[in-house]
Amino acid sequence: MRKTKAVTMTVALFTVLLLFAGCSNSDEKANGSSGKKTIEFMHLWPKGSSKTHYEIVNNIVKDYEKKHPDVKVDVQVLSNEQYKDKLKVLSTSNKLPDVGMTWAAGFMEPYVSGNKFAPLDDVINKNLKDQFVPGTAEAFAIDGKTYGMPLELNIATVFYNKAIFDKYGLKAPKTFDEFQHVVKTLKDNGVAPIALGNKDRWTGSLWYMYLADRIGGGDTMTNAINRSGSFEDPALVSAAKKVQDLVDMGAFEKGFNGLSDDEAKSMFMNGQAGMYLIGTWDLPNYTTNEDVPKEFRDSIDYFNFPTVDGKGDMNSFVGGPGVGLFVAQNSDVKEEAKDFAAFFVKEWGEKSVTDAGVIPATKIDAGSLDLPDMYVNVLNDLSKASNITLFADVQMSPDVAQVHLDMIQALFGKQVTPEKFAKEQEQALAKEK
Amino acid sequence: MNKVMSNKWIITLYVLPALLLIGVFIFVPLILTGYYGLMDWDGIGAMKFIGLENYINAIQDDKFWESALHSFLLAVFSTASLIIYLLISLILASKIKGADLLRKIYLIPMLLSSVAIAQLWIKVFNPTNGMLNSLLTAIGVDNPPSWLAEPSVVLYAIFIPILWQYAGFYILIYYAALKNIPETLVEAAKIDGATPLQIAFKIKLPLIMGVVKVTIVLAVVGSLKYFDLIYVMTGGGPNGASEVMASYMYKLAFTSNNFGYGSAIGFLLLIITLIVTFIVRKATATKEEIQY
Repeated sequence: MRKTKAVTMTVALFTVLLLFAGCSNSDEKANGSSGKKTIEFMHLWPKGSSKTHYEIVNNIVKDYEKKHPDVKVDVQVLSNEQYKDKLKVLSTSNKLPDVGMTWAAGFMEPYVSGNKFAPLDDVINKNLKDQFVPGTAEAFAIDGKTYGMPLELNIATVFYNKAIFDKYGLKAPKTFDEFQHVVKTLKDNGVAPIALGNKDRWTGSLWYMYLADRIGGGDTMTNAINRSGSFEDPALVSAAKKVQDLVDMGAFEKGFNGLSDDEAKSMFMNGQAGMYLIGTWDLPNYTTNEDVPKEFRDSIDYFNFPTVDGKGDMNSFVGGPGVGLFVAQNSDVKEEAKDFAAFFVKEWGEKSVTDAGVIPATKIDAGSLDLPDMYVNVLNDLSKASNITLFADVQMSPDVAQVHLDMIQALFGKQVTPEKFAKEQEQALAKEK
Repeated sequence: MNKVMSNKWIITLYVLPALLLIGVFIFVPLILTGYYGLMDWDGIGAMKFIGLENYINAIQDDKFWESALHSFLLAVFSTASLIIYLLISLILASKIKGADLLRKIYLIPMLLSSVAIAQLWIKVFNPTNGMLNSLLTAIGVDNPPSWLAEPSVVLYAIFIPILWQYAGFYILIYYAALKNIPETLVEAAKIDGATPLQIAFKIKLPLIMGVVKVTIVLAVVGSLKYFDLIYVMTGGGPNGASEVMASYMYKLAFTSNNFGYGSAIGFLLLIITLIVTFIVRKATATKEEIQY
């Protein structure tokens, strides 16, 4: 008796499921047959971790759909690392979204040489001429053609928790000695000095790049990568040594090599760590994001990376254009896609400043807008910038970038010596050219 | 009925759909992977034929063999843990109180998706706020390890959730096999004065030996090609300390854009798995099959 009941239940359940499946199928068909053109759009700002970005994207998409009733924009969201993976898988099977996000230089190179991205010079000349901050659109150009329209301009700075600093009588450091003093004081008082999520590896690369910049000047790293210099340059080796000095001091929180950037960020946001080096894409969390308690936002400030042993220029930054929009070469709605991408860039330039508080790659008139102080300070710093070194893993080709990133993790984890760290990367770079 | 089944055409007709599916989704990609392994290909642009270079590089690649070692370690641990699962099933099958509820509890990890399990254990392993380290600190352990960050510990730390994840699966298999043993045999043994331990190890265990062999093969093969938890929890890091063959293959193909080399590793993974399966089958083969 019990058995028959179970069977009946199962059958009923299946029937219901089938009904649901049937309904959703017919819905989809109804949409497709109304003659709308669909632009597939993929971005990397999920609601959970980048709420304001996510909402701006949704608003722009809505506005565009309102202006173009015959076009439907199908949005897909993935977080950063998953996004990179998915893009590769899709491109292998020739199924790139019509519009999506890409990084500049080395990341984009295989897609361009594989003829997956469409050149966008025509639409830039038509809709966005002279709108980009100099140097940003150029980072997306290969052989004289531009394949991406930059959205953001980012520099990495050290954010710090003023409340914690005040408590122990600390000031924003200007030299590496002062910086080490800050680290030591925090450490002695049981506060993790620096939040670092080095499972993601590019986060550790930022620390290394700044030390290399301060010790060897802005060009040393760039030259090593473009092969006019060497990665075994004494400055690059001693920067690696400085990283290990910091690790020995206990500057980074416990277990940083196994924590993701998100976990590190939440440590900093919970007031469990004093400092956090990250790109200005995180500014909203410390200025406008309503989900973050106001008290915390008010207690955050930033300082430029200090000079090291009297060397280095505090106005030299690690950064560069963040993501840009690409249009797929094999898109079946290419014109619409280009039009949407241009519309997006323009709208983003306006909305991202006021709503999200990030720095767009398009020119803005800061004086006419009511902006948070920290944001204005960053803009001022940016206008004084003597040099911006593009993130190392973006400059390098994907293959070499992997070696760099693995070596960063090994360096921070003290699995390699600074000399071996430099040598491995030199070999990888030399092998490629 | 017999007449129908003796017609070769009908047999072919019935077998064909499954054969086609397996062919298209398993054998064709297998051959293609081997073929891509002969190419210099970034996965996006044009392919260039380079012969066996990728395979030769892979065989000389220390990182590949290191990841293979990690995979083998996982296989050893999975196989060893089968003993524990077997013991648990023997207890569950011997009509203890609450066996039904316990069986369901053991099965829960199987119902969770790998990513959810990974997130769960990332939280457990968190070096400062995690459950495990909070507990260790509370019972007086000074400076407990950062489980996922220390190269010497990370691999074993990550084995725990993997074994935990599959416990329910093997317990269920053993439980079903034990329940299949005819009650009369157990009763006869009882009348002859056998103790519960004797019944378990001298009667029940030999009778389900066939199933045990199958689970050994499953555990070994499953471990060699294991990927998901490791990918989510550490991405093979720090610096390759928790890399297994499948995650190394993935990294090469998708993160380094070296699709040809990644395919070669994938094909080697297949060959290694085949060889190991063959050895395991040989090692566990016995001449006489015990019948009820």
